Amino acid sequence: MIIKKKIDPFFWIAVFSTSTVVAFILFPLVEMVVQPSFQDLKDAAKDPDVLRSIWLSIYTAGMAAIISFIIGTPFAYLLARKEFPGKKLVESIVDLPIMIPHPVVGIAILGIAGQNHWLGQIMQQVGIHIMGTVTGIVTVLTFVGLPFYVNTVKAGFEAIPVRLENVSRSLGASLTGTFFRVTFPLAWRSMLVGIIMCCARAISEFGAVVIVAYHPMIAPVMIYERFTAYGLKYSQPVAVWLIVVCLALFFLLRIVSLPKESKAKRG
Amino acid sequence: MINIESLRIELPGFTLQDINLSIEDGEFFTFLGPTGAGKTLVLEAIAGIIPITGGRIFVKGRDITHLPPDKRDIGIVYQDYALFPHLSVLENITYGLRYHKADPQESGKRVEKLMVQLGIKALAQRSIQHLSGGEKQRVSLARALAVNPSVLLLDEPLSALDPNFREEIREVLKKLHKRLETTFLMVTHDFAEAMFLGERTAIINRGKIEQIGSVSEVFKKPSTPFVAEFVGMKNVFPAVFNDTKVLVDDLEMQVESLPSDRKGYVAIRPEDIMIKNKMTFGNDFNVFKGKVLDVTNRGPYHEISARTGRVIFKAMLSKSDLFEIGLSETKRVNIAIRPSDIHVF
Repeated sequence: MIIKKKIDPFFWIAVFSTSTVVAFILFPLVEMVVQPSFQDLKDAAKDPDVLRSIWLSIYTAGMAAIISFIIGTPFAYLLARKEFPGKKLVESIVDLPIMIPHPVVGIAILGIAGQNHWLGQIMQQVGIHIMGTVTGIVTVLTFVGLPFYVNTVKAGFEAIPVRLENVSRSLGASLTGTFFRVTFPLAWRSMLVGIIMCCARAISEFGAVVIVAYHPMIAPVMIYERFTAYGLKYSQPVAVWLIVVCLALFFLLRIVSLPKESKAKRG
Repeated sequence: MINIESLRIELPGFTLQDINLSIEDGEFFTFLGPTGAGKTLVLEAIAGIIPITGGRIFVKGRDITHLPPDKRDIGIVYQDYALFPHLSVLENITYGLRYHKADPQESGKRVEKLMVQLGIKALAQRSIQHLSGGEKQRVSLARALAVNPSVLLLDEPLSALDPNFREEIREVLKKLHKRLETTFLMVTHDFAEAMFLGERTAIINRGKIEQIGSVSEVFKKPSTPFVAEFVGMKNVFPAVFNDTKVLVDDLEMQVESLPSDRKGYVAIRPEDIMIKNKMTFGNDFNVFKGKVLDVTNRGPYHEISARTGRVIFKAMLSKSDLFEIGLSETKRVNIAIRPSDIHVF
């Protein structure tokens, strides 16, 4: 005799909500990818404007990630390891760019980079221009991407027992030596994940960039321009290519950053 | 020699204070106390890992109070081994060598000798992930000793180990200490460990040192009620003194000697309290008539609570003793204590 197990209604609620969420995210994306004809995609791939904008998107997001890596790593380490007065405040400040509406970010950056601001005047004297430049795009992308890098890497540092660093110090290694021989080898994966997070955030930014630099055109701005000027059909191929390139990059980095399970198991 | 003068550490909700200590070169010194007493803080202050609020620390006459940990020449071994997970056994052990100016041949020989002594030579190329707890602790010891530190700090090195490994590593520690000139400082909450390994001990409770002395002295002659309880004297009572007599509540007791610097307590080990049906004691015994309140089976022995007047004594009886006198709760008994077994402080 087969004994039927009674399944709790909550199970069905969970199944329903899971499939709804997955469908909600995947359905529009899949539809968008399959709607343009092969010919449209081929034409878009040959369009130098499209190629330039996608490259610019990747380049500026990558620059923002590199800058975040350089200045965000020591900062994340400090947040993970040291207690100091006002630490909570500093942590909240880091999260601010996540909360602020994107066009506001662009306006805020322009506000200090313009001729009416002393900082803008100094920057112009040394030849740094924000309005309508790659520098400007990288600046806003770093602004919005940095919190993602810092928070990811901070969590990565926190996961490393401080005792490992203590032992290293007691064996004669300086703070710097300890960082490069113990902390970094154990934290580089989280740094890579932080870079991916920062890139992903930066590459999807539109609102802040469009204020600071309509030209040169990053891919989201180009997609928006094609949509408003020519309609949905003309913006889709560019969007598909941007998605394809991003996914390829992120999968690559993700594979590199995954721990090598099989090797660890064999020991 | 290690000298600690008025060490003070303030943390939110906890203060370690008045830590004054002298530890001889080559000594095996233990810090004993319950969890949260602040023992590990003392070690971490000596290692230079945590900032201190006040006081000074000297090692061999050198003031190390403000030196960074890498300049202190002090090794550390943790309860959870703290091995570098990304390095092999040998890489872990040789980690510190490059920071110590020594003939590479000589230090290579020392590492080899250490690994042989600790029985981990065969593990050299292994990854540390699949070592047993005992092997990990041996590697951790080898790593700390490879750079030949003048002081080795051991933070509950046996606590995370299975009982059979614990005895094994305990032996290893004892042998290593005998063979090396390094001063060993160990934190533990286990009196038996301190008894087996340590020469002198400091009992720490609530951020203060309660007593410093040889382990057997502390065991036999505790100087505070906390230490008395900690070393297993389950009968600790405040007392009033009158010439050669001692009054605990309204019980009069004969004691062997009355120290002049007493604080006003008596303490008796539960195994020194005899409980019998009949009066079969010599004249020199303190004998009280009482009633059994409670008998608890503690495995190898039974714990008896017996009351006389307002005083409750705790005694230990073996199974056969218990059987012989046929003890049960509410039974009337004679409680006897030898004057020499009553510790006055």
